[in-house]
Amino acid sequence: MTTNVIGKPLPRVDGRAKVTGVARYAADFNQPGQACAVIVGATVGLGRVTGIDTGPVEKMPGVIAVITHRNAPRLPYAPHKSYIDPATGERLHVLQDDHVRFYGQPVAVVVADTIEQAERGAAALHISYTPERPIIDPADAQALPVVPEAGKQPDARLPADTARGSADSALADAPMRVDEIYEIARENHNPMEPHATVAAWNGNRLTLWSKSQFVVNEQAEVAAVFGLPSENVQVICPFIGGAFGTTLRTWPHVTLAAMAARQVARPVKLVLTRKQMFFMTGHRPRTLQRMALGATVDGKLTCIVHEGTGETSRYEEFMEALTSVTTFLYSTPNVRTRYRLLPLDIGTPNHMRGPGEASGVFALECAVDELSYKLGMDPIDLRRRNEPAIDEGENRPFSSRSLMKCYDLAAERFGWSRRSPEPRSMRDGRLLVGMGVASASYPAFHAPASARARLLADGTAEVEVAASDMGPGTYTSMTQVAAETLGLPVERVCFSLGRSDYPPAPSHGGSWTMASVGSAVRAACLAVQKEAGKHPQSGRPIEAIASSQRDPDAAARFSMHAFGAVFAEVAVDPDVGTIRLRRAVGAYGIGRVVNPRLARSQCIGGMVGGMGMALMERTVLDSRDGRPVNAHMADYLLPVNLDIPQLEAHFVEELDPHVNALGVKGLGEIALVGMAPAIANAIFHATGKRVRASPIRIEDVLTV
Amino acid sequence: MLPFTIEKATSIQGAIAAASSGRRFIAGGTTLIDLMREEVERPEHLVDINTLPLSDIRIEGSDLVIGALARMADVAAHPDVQRLHPLVAESLIEGASPQLRNMASIGGNLLQRARCPYFRMLDASCNKRSPGSGCAAINGLNAGHAIFGTSNHCVATHPSDIAVVLVALEATMQVRGPRGERSFPVEELFRLPGDTPHLEHTLLPGELILTVRVPGSPYSRRARYLKVRDRASYEFALVSAAAALDVGGGVIRQARLAVGGVGTRPWRLGAVEKALIGKTPDRKVFETAARLAIEGARPLSGNHYKLELLPRTIVRALEMTGEAA
Ligand SMILES: Cc1cc2nc3c(=O)[nH]c(=O)nc-3n(C[C@H](O)[C@H](O)[C@H](O)COP(=O)(O)OP(=O)(O)OC[C@H]3O[C@@H](n4cnc5c(N)ncnc54)[C@H](O)[C@@H]3O)c2cc1C
Ligand code: SF4
Repeated sequence: MTTNVIGKPLPRVDGRAKVTGVARYAADFNQPGQACAVIVGATVGLGRVTGIDTGPVEKMPGVIAVITHRNAPRLPYAPHKSYIDPATGERLHVLQDDHVRFYGQPVAVVVADTIEQAERGAAALHISYTPERPIIDPADAQALPVVPEAGKQPDARLPADTARGSADSALADAPMRVDEIYEIARENHNPMEPHATVAAWNGNRLTLWSKSQFVVNEQAEVAAVFGLPSENVQVICPFIGGAFGTTLRTWPHVTLAAMAARQVARPVKLVLTRKQMFFMTGHRPRTLQRMALGATVDGKLTCIVHEGTGETSRYEEFMEALTSVTTFLYSTPNVRTRYRLLPLDIGTPNHMRGPGEASGVFALECAVDELSYKLGMDPIDLRRRNEPAIDEGENRPFSSRSLMKCYDLAAERFGWSRRSPEPRSMRDGRLLVGMGVASASYPAFHAPASARARLLADGTAEVEVAASDMGPGTYTSMTQVAAETLGLPVERVCFSLGRSDYPPAPSHGGSWTMASVGSAVRAACLAVQKEAGKHPQSGRPIEAIASSQRDPDAAARFSMHAFGAVFAEVAVDPDVGTIRLRRAVGAYGIGRVVNPRLARSQCIGGMVGGMGMALMERTVLDSRDGRPVNAHMADYLLPVNLDIPQLEAHFVEELDPHVNALGVKGLGEIALVGMAPAIANAIFHATGKRVRASPIRIEDVLTV
Repeated sequence: MLPFTIEKATSIQGAIAAASSGRRFIAGGTTLIDLMREEVERPEHLVDINTLPLSDIRIEGSDLVIGALARMADVAAHPDVQRLHPLVAESLIEGASPQLRNMASIGGNLLQRARCPYFRMLDASCNKRSPGSGCAAINGLNAGHAIFGTSNHCVATHPSDIAVVLVALEATMQVRGPRGERSFPVEELFRLPGDTPHLEHTLLPGELILTVRVPGSPYSRRARYLKVRDRASYEFALVSAAAALDVGGGVIRQARLAVGGVGTRPWRLGAVEKALIGKTPDRKVFETAARLAIEGARPLSGNHYKLELLPRTIVRALEMTGEAA
């Protein structure tokens, strides 16, 4: 029996809990007798702590402890790395020595009875340093790029160098050429909910109510840091108020909360300030990319050279998929990619929605747009002309690829045929109007996951996975998968997530939750049904745990990616240079859409993120000491309601039996990926001015 | 945040007395509480003036009189303001966010403090926050800073939008202090930083702003406020311009022009005004006059773009005076 709930636009099953305030987020889990902790960050960008005057602060009202590297316990910091941690380097060992590696690095924690007392103590704590000159600016003569260690092997997931054919000589011989540098600004994730951890010890057991997109790894990481068996740590996170990747890793504040709780022998709550979220919890790294395209006069790509450098910290090599898409988006015999890292005196960057792809595709899709103007060819025709039949980088077929179908659908909805090709040729009254397009792509990942399903005597079912829901609607989509598999109405299925003692799930990132956790939920439901078949009418709850992973055979045979086409229209004021997005249309081929309402909402959110990347978002660092000068929601611009015009997201029919049994590819990241280049290309079309750095602002288009 | 006491004022006289003995007025608190949380402002005692009868908005003859405690949102939505002084409403709507405008008072708005990022960071040198400590912005990140009225001690802009309009329209303000009431042009409220950037205004200790008076004038309805910024709302001006023209018989009889985002206080541009008088209001004339705007400008490392943006903003604002809001 099937209830056909997959594919239905169900409203969120947790919507009511969220809007009525019943849903509890990490900082809501106040514990009896709880104290509050506030982190004090370094006020120099590099150097050593030479003095901490804890005495006066310890005497302040309510202050229980001032923890610094001098009195902090030496923690075991047993080796532990998950795939979301940088493969090379070592995580920051917090309060273990006097080194300051970046501005804002935690150098003390003040614990007090109330948050006000802790804040007061933190502000009053006097610390002295011997500062050194940090290297912050990528253009600094002393900033030297390195080959990423984990990219050196030829079979690396993110290879430092790849080549097919001979791209450089093809470039030299190419009759048509684009060869430019593109720059992506540092961005911070800035979710609404701040990072927060409530830590409580019971003997040698630790419970953390902590904002995390990866509760089982937070458990493993904290266990390693404190030298505990994993089962002694429990991480609980039922709801997340947005994350965009910033809580994939377990950052030092979680360690500090647990350390403080042990020190004062009370539960401790620690919430980061907005400002601290600008340097303690990762960011999209600044990147510099050279993108060179060679083509024949009739628009056949003869080569692509893509050389990208991303910033990282001095103590870890953060890598992202900056050059990956370049190897398979277009058909061309000659491709060379190079990926380097630039260690600077900053905190380690991390994944931010569309990590790597968003920045890499910006360069690639702007360059292809530039080429289209040089050739005098419609940018969609140029892409069609170079549409590959297979993944030429891996030399194997795509499990499915609907890019051209996406272009057809979105072009029609957008009204691309109304565009006149000449730059500066379209106007609305005084305003210059421009239309631009770009492709989007993101891998259809799938990681091993497991789930538990339980059938109860009253005819309802419970399903549990240690997954997360940072906003896409995991609660709802998994309920749909379980209901459909079990043949139950959705009201009879209760899906739970966000506890590390549930069956393990992969990180809630990389757009693989629907594929991975969804497949595990399906497998567990099938298993419990089978079990139920063995004990009909037992009257007792019947339970089964099952896990799932991608069919290795399919994984070996196919290249698996989602694709999309994004169209944007901007208006630029020719007098004062204001750039406003007027509308955007995206069409995506993402396999099966489990819930069109949630999928659309995901896409709109991603498009807004891409809009921020194109027009507003950047964290500006003072190169004298590495401090972010706009670490404030009034100064770090991201789109507000008045900026956001009509955004449309469409999905093309795409049946992909290879990716997984559900046929889903995931869409969290791809929705951000193509948006920024589509807007940049529209700005060129409007103004005739090519801006190759994000975000594109008034200053950049004022003069042509 | 440091501990503080707060008491409600029961009368204007009482509020002034409290302020004379060291208490700080608090109105909407959107500037003051924000900065107290960062410990940039550290008053120990506050007197809450929201209870005082100072939120009236009324028309007296052709003048618009706004109580110091009138909220930005209420002034902007007031039918008389929209009808007789659309420029005032326009500049308020362009400011802050709806939530802030519901709280923020007109008096508080004029006394809002610099948005320079270093001013808000206790670990940065800033003469405005701690006199004599230096100015981190001069050799630091200063894209948002001023090109007029700067000194070697401070280069922060005055961030208010409505102040630019009030200066352009030659509004006056009524204040009362321990030694009685006085009235003076809004323009005289603001000081240049000089070597005392921590002193921002000319109010005497204990003085309370009562009202702001905007005189009616032939141009108040041919007047526009243009605020240029990267996002459509909730951002301070990169550059703004309040422009008003009195046109008769096809020529400009009088002109008023003040600009924001460029000066350490709202910046009136007398030379540009003069260059417009007697001319026909067309783009050529506007462009020629606007070129005078950047005379004497002192750009910093990060804000050269303002030299280009300022004249363009002026031209566009002047042009807009001929268009409906
Ligand atoms: C995020 C953000 C964005 C903003 N954006 C803009 C913008 O785009 N444009 C803009 O113009 N403004 C903007 N503002 C500033 C905002 O308009 C001011 O904070 C507000 O107008 C201050 O009014 P208030 O009543 O809250 O003042 P308060 O914070 O209560 O007081 C401010 C100061 O004025 C003094 N004071 C208040 N009333 C009186 C009185 N009657 N007599 C004497 N002294 C008095 C107080 O003692 C205090 O020193 C923004 C503010 C924020 C926080
Ligand atoms: S510009 Fe003024 S407010 Fe900014 S740091 Fe310098 S002195 Fe302080």
